[in-house]
Amino acid sequence: MTKILFAFLLFFFPFFLLAQDEGSSLLDLIEEEETTNYASASFKSTHIINSQSIENVSEGVLDFRISHRFGTLNSGINNLYGLDQATIRIGFDYGITDRLMIGFGRSSVQKALDGSVKFKALRQSSGKKVMPITLSLYASIASNMLEWADAERENYFTSRLTYTYQVLLGRKFSEGTSLMLMPTMVHRNLVENTSVKNDVYIIGIGGRQKLTNRLAITGEYYYVIPDQIADIYHNSLSVGIDIETGGHVFQLQFTNSIGMIDKSFMTETTGQWGNGDIHFGFNISRVFTLKDRNKKPKEN
Amino acid sequence: MKTITTILLMAVTLSGFAQDKYFTRNGNISFFSSTPVEDIKADNFNATAVLDSKTGAFEFSVLMKSFNFKKALMQEHFNENYVESSKFPKSVFKGSIENISDVDFSKDGEYPVAVSGEITLHGVTKQITTPGVLTVSGEKINSNAVFKLSPEDFDIEIPSVVRDKIANEIEVTVAAELEALKR
Repeated sequence: MTKILFAFLLFFFPFFLLAQDEGSSLLDLIEEEETTNYASASFKSTHIINSQSIENVSEGVLDFRISHRFGTLNSGINNLYGLDQATIRIGFDYGITDRLMIGFGRSSVQKALDGSVKFKALRQSSGKKVMPITLSLYASIASNMLEWADAERENYFTSRLTYTYQVLLGRKFSEGTSLMLMPTMVHRNLVENTSVKNDVYIIGIGGRQKLTNRLAITGEYYYVIPDQIADIYHNSLSVGIDIETGGHVFQLQFTNSIGMIDKSFMTETTGQWGNGDIHFGFNISRVFTLKDRNKKPKEN
Repeated sequence: MKTITTILLMAVTLSGFAQDKYFTRNGNISFFSSTPVEDIKADNFNATAVLDSKTGAFEFSVLMKSFNFKKALMQEHFNENYVESSKFPKSVFKGSIENISDVDFSKDGEYPVAVSGEITLHGVTKQITTPGVLTVSGEKINSNAVFKLSPEDFDIEIPSVVRDKIANEIEVTVAAELEALKR
């Protein structure tokens, strides 16, 4: 009798198992495939404020940036606290691939032309592939296009050039918080005199904190390791907010730097926050999708 | 001997049940928003679906981050600002085919079905009902349905500046080819 009952129970055992399935999800029947989840949108834009961020524009996307810096806040009511004076940079950044971006710009400061290339070497990810940080390599070249200071002297075109090399390390710590560390070297072909260095080593830090989905506060600071540049130059500190509306990102900021290209704000910042040499400014970024992405379904 | 028979019997019972279920990992779910200003389309080819042909129970699951848009920035905004993919990574449908008895899984053909159930998106669960079609061809079953969802119903906030670009009702198309689930 017991044996029959036992066999009976065994026979029905699968039914009990299935019965248990009823309550839970059918989807539990198939194993979930683990995917790699890349961190995205660590920053709203390719630039934190003046500095590069770890973001690139996607393949086939052109980012048109107009940046303005006004005069200093301490210039008085007569100059409307700096608003009477304005400097501008017009720039374009284009994504050759999702990870490789090139840029070009022109500034009113020194009538400088600049070109850049940024490559995202490592991408922060979780899931199947784990990578704690994003690492980008960045290089730019700037050419001062002002008249030669001393036209009598023999002047070389190369003397106009300055190069900037950066390793951009960044991590999106949470949905709202991203931080960056940016070891930098600026090489200046021509310097004022022998007491200053051609190669200048700098450490940059930057970050952003989202307040809402479309609003964030940002900040960046570039610390020049002492005794490399002339005493009249100071470290660059900028704080701002990012406002995103559809295809535009508006960045409003306060900064002690008037130049908007790498070598200018990193090594030629004359203003000091303590003295009130603070410039109000804004960047407007507008992206244009020049090439549609044709993503094919993943082959299995 | 008896034990072996019992175990065999048990195995037969189990495998018998297994053939009732069909699944896919590569289901296609797309959505389309059309306004005079802009048409927006996004495709996802990685939807998971399981159908129980016996009870009619039908479930879908989709990772929001694997929706592909033509414009990269739209995709970023979709994930960041609208469906908030990091907070709500998945959208799930749990429901059933009400007239499952009308579908003969052993005979090829198109069977119109009525699907109803609950869809969870952006953390909000809503009841939906839609007509659909199951197409049986040999071992495979194609499931197709088109229905409309409103972002508002799922607490997806659309700011006034882009209000003209995003339709009030978004057309969702489901096309999934299911195969027998073998355990």
